[in-house]
Amino acid sequence: MDIPYTVQIRPDTGIYNAKLGVWLFLASEVMLFGGLFSAYVLLRVGAAPGGWPHGWLNVTLGTINTLLLALSAITTLLAWAACKAREFGKFKFFHACTILLALTFLGIKSYEYHDKLNHYEIQLTNGKFADGHFVTESKNFDLAKKTGTITIHGHIVEDHKELMDLRTPEAQAAKHEEITVAATDIKKMGNYGPRHNTFTAIYFTLTGLHALHILGGTLVIFYFWGPGSRMWKTDPERFTNRIEVSGLFWHFVDLVWIFLFPVLYLT
Amino acid sequence: MSLKAFHLIFVTLLTGLSFGCAAWSFQSGSAVWGVTGIAAGILVIIYGIYFLKKLKNVSYL
Repeated sequence: MDIPYTVQIRPDTGIYNAKLGVWLFLASEVMLFGGLFSAYVLLRVGAAPGGWPHGWLNVTLGTINTLLLALSAITTLLAWAACKAREFGKFKFFHACTILLALTFLGIKSYEYHDKLNHYEIQLTNGKFADGHFVTESKNFDLAKKTGTITIHGHIVEDHKELMDLRTPEAQAAKHEEITVAATDIKKMGNYGPRHNTFTAIYFTLTGLHALHILGGTLVIFYFWGPGSRMWKTDPERFTNRIEVSGLFWHFVDLVWIFLFPVLYLT
Repeated sequence: MSLKAFHLIFVTLLTGLSFGCAAWSFQSGSAVWGVTGIAAGILVIIYGIYFLKKLKNVSYL
């Protein structure tokens, strides 16, 4: 049985079926990400004065990732253009570039996540806060039993508000060094994971969902680059349409990042 | 809407992002990044013109 309208234009819609299908799917994606963006805006405007973090994310890494995704959108388009021009070699090259760019993006995102999960805020019994990256802990370290010590690379602040805005000159000038804290001096301790506060929760949700989309898109693009490219020999027009459809999804994912980057990294 | 049309939207938004980042950098006191943002925006516009010429025979639908 032949699947209809994989290449020919369907008279009532004016496009081939796969394109209509992917646009319907993207419409549902807009609602998913739109809902999360709305949640972000409402949480942010509803935060208490000084209660929303600033400067917690690495703008340089975010900029590099933006550049990578922008380039990958271009290589996706060029891969489709190469298919239309019947240049299979060029298609292979541009799609390989897209895969490499996407994997680099995911590598940088993983590094950023690792950095956050390795970053601890320790509330001390004297009312101060020790904040920094985990270095080591003694073998008998147990927060519940109040035994042992933990060492972080960071600094100690008097007021929690000092940790909320890292763009201030005082925060930029803070001297970071290795600090060893005894478990008996710790009131509360936690890393900058999703449960740390509202910002990290929405940050991990939005960027995690986006990263999953990148991963899914990469797998599809890899399939079309590798085993799926056999269709080029039997039905090049249909294969070209497949590349267009995957390109539409990829562009959507890139567009989401164009909104995510300024909202999360620059504000 | 074809990939060509969607790419045009993408390029337009990327141009906006580049100039927006340039404005943010100037406001943050980083003139070097500000100039880089403007240069990136201009590059994206040049690329947009190039891609429109390259795909002039492809439909927007």
